[in-house]
Amino acid sequence: MRIPISALIGMVFTGAFFLAAIFAPLVAPYGMAEIVGGVWDPASSAHWFGTDAIGRDLLSRMIYGGQTTIFVASAATILSFTLGSVLGFSAAVAGGWVDQGLSRMVDLMMAIPSLILALVILSVLPVTLTVLIVVMGLLDATRVFRLARAVAVDITVMDYVEAARLRGEGWAWIIFREILPNALSPLVAELGLRFIFAVLFISTLSFLGLGVQPPLADWGGIVKENASGLVYGIPAALIPAFAIAALAISVNLVADWVLSRTTSLKGGRG
Amino acid sequence: MSDALLQIRNLRIEATSYPPGEAPRDVVLVDDVSVSVEKGKVLGLIGESGAGKSTIGLSSMAYGRGGVRLTGGTITLNGRDIRLADARALRALRGREVTYVAQSAAAAFNPAIKLMDQVIETCLAHDVMGRAEAEARAVMLFARLGLPEPERFGQRYPHQVSGGQLQRAMTAMALCPKPDLVIFDEPTTALDVTTQIEVLAAIKEAIRDTGVAALYITHDLAVVAQVADDILVLRHGKRIEYGATEQIITAPKEAYTKALVSVRSIEHVEKPDAPAVLEIQSVTARYKGTNFDVLKAITLDLPAGQTLAVVGESGSGKSTLARVITGLLPPAQGRIRFAGRDLAPDLAARTRDDLREVQMIYQMADTAMNPRQTVGTIIGRPLEFYFGLKGEAKRKRIQDLLEQIEMGKGFIDRYPAELSGGQKQRVCIARALAAKPKLIICDEVTSALDPLVADGILKLLLALQAAEGVAYLFITHDLATVRAIADRIAVMYRGEVRRYGTKTDVLTPPFDDYTELLLSSVPEMKMGWLEGVLDSRKMEAAGN
Repeated sequence: MRIPISALIGMVFTGAFFLAAIFAPLVAPYGMAEIVGGVWDPASSAHWFGTDAIGRDLLSRMIYGGQTTIFVASAATILSFTLGSVLGFSAAVAGGWVDQGLSRMVDLMMAIPSLILALVILSVLPVTLTVLIVVMGLLDATRVFRLARAVAVDITVMDYVEAARLRGEGWAWIIFREILPNALSPLVAELGLRFIFAVLFISTLSFLGLGVQPPLADWGGIVKENASGLVYGIPAALIPAFAIAALAISVNLVADWVLSRTTSLKGGRG
Repeated sequence: MSDALLQIRNLRIEATSYPPGEAPRDVVLVDDVSVSVEKGKVLGLIGESGAGKSTIGLSSMAYGRGGVRLTGGTITLNGRDIRLADARALRALRGREVTYVAQSAAAAFNPAIKLMDQVIETCLAHDVMGRAEAEARAVMLFARLGLPEPERFGQRYPHQVSGGQLQRAMTAMALCPKPDLVIFDEPTTALDVTTQIEVLAAIKEAIRDTGVAALYITHDLAVVAQVADDILVLRHGKRIEYGATEQIITAPKEAYTKALVSVRSIEHVEKPDAPAVLEIQSVTARYKGTNFDVLKAITLDLPAGQTLAVVGESGSGKSTLARVITGLLPPAQGRIRFAGRDLAPDLAARTRDDLREVQMIYQMADTAMNPRQTVGTIIGRPLEFYFGLKGEAKRKRIQDLLEQIEMGKGFIDRYPAELSGGQKQRVCIARALAAKPKLIICDEVTSALDPLVADGILKLLLALQAAEGVAYLFITHDLATVRAIADRIAVMYRGEVRRYGTKTDVLTPPFDDYTELLLSSVPEMKMGWLEGVLDSRKMEAAGN
């Protein structure tokens, strides 16, 4: 099997970001909150990206920040997928009032812009990582629910699902053994996309001050801390912005490849 | 032969296939096929699915469907080779000299445009005639094709006419621009047998009246025998036999053609009466939110170890009957007794034994199997679910079942996508059999299969019945299948049982009107059958 060059590039970059995040304490040259230089020192051999607004090493901040951002985004994505797809499949399989109830509730949630809803909830609750993950996961689950339900509705009308029902199978078998394997490829493609949106979402929240709280680093927070430097021509705030873009593109390259590979199983594009 | 309208010589058609996980490779769809059609003649193309009949049909207007390439030979139409003609020349030719009638009229018409505008579209696009003249011609064709109210028929939308009428409207569309050649691609396959005969007669008459030449593509030799002058038998893209219809039907030379001619020759003698395994007692059913009874007081019974064939057209309620028996649609009235006990109306209230002893086989084996499960999982699940078999014991039983359906042990780890149509249906049979049922409901199990493959499935079902003593409720619209397999027959029409009894009783005159119509509409494999039936119907109408 040949991996296309675009997917390869995507995998290398995604892998590098995740490895750096996992082994942050080993990779980072300085501590996360350690003040090691002057305010906004330019890039040098000691500080590759320079230092930030209060003299911390920017590269180390970026690596630790990546850890937080990627962890929160991954956890929120896993939560939204588990919740969204199980509820979406259940709605499709059960039909009737269960489906109506869940779908209208999701419609209700989606009617309110998720950023505004998140800001309202987070301004009331104490902002910890767990709360952030749960709030983001729940809000994103509505979108996964929609997709999962739409895909599953097409599958539940298949004769093999009817055959399973006639056999007397329970919900768990029908959802996890009959529907899930056939719904996987659109969901996997969506997984990449939703992860990226989670990265953007947590970065936005942090930039607005309701996300990850200092002194913990995260990419949105680093943009916020160094944003005022842009006025003086100091590029520190652009580095995390660039990292977010690079991660988004590379994850998408991988997701694209996964999608085209899984659809070709059904005789789709090659 | 030099004045032939269409002459195809040594045609070779290729396409690129993309097997998952492998490098793409070229496959030959049609190999070295030569035919010719003279003005006003009809050539029948016949073969099973994948034989290349539609591909050859479309090649006569130098068209290859999605990625199909015409790589060799010559296609001469009206004296010029069109295989390598440029797009502009082909555009002038298609819809002007050659037109096409597709299998599914419902999918071929634009639902948002009135029929008349679609029927005359090619005439106007090719400047064959003006709007007024084209509309007049369309009305004339509607009348000739026996459509109701020909003057106003064109003002309807596609959804406002029946399937048979839509198929005739498409024939009118194909004939409207006065083409030299019309390609009929399975025009009656999707229709009910009683509708098929009307459409077939209309098409035949229209061909004769307009003097157009035609390619008639079908998998049903009995149908093509009614319309074609010559027949080309195809298999795997190669020519098997080519000759006059008379010769192909009465004196086929090749073994494959002989098999096609003599298909459905299973002799099945009905079994003596036995105690009933299934009793349906005045069952009435309707779908939720409707006020129309799909089944009206149905009473039937099925003796243990025998076959009850339920025959009828689409919409007669045969499949609904299956849903009622399986518990997917609880009946509004009446009850169902099974093996001496009452079956709960609703699926959810049935015991595991109730579920196990009634199994179902579907029409489309493709959608009846989960594409992500192996044959082993598909057949193994009922064993695990009902009998708690695990590990080696389960695997052994799966292999026994594979033997029983005449497939090798090697299929156990294959996925459905790696099986042929007939093999898929066999696996579905094995899945039903794994539950050791007393009754298997077979819903049109052979209608999606090629005749020879269907024959194999019917023989297998009969053999399994003899070995396992299982009863079949066999739902079908095909009377030839009924003759081959049934012990009892129920003829259904609009939710009622019109005729019910043993096979001999049902198939022996005197008939009621509907059974008569149904029986006489089944194409027979002899020339002149169509005219014979139509004449006798006319005489009856005159006599009454």
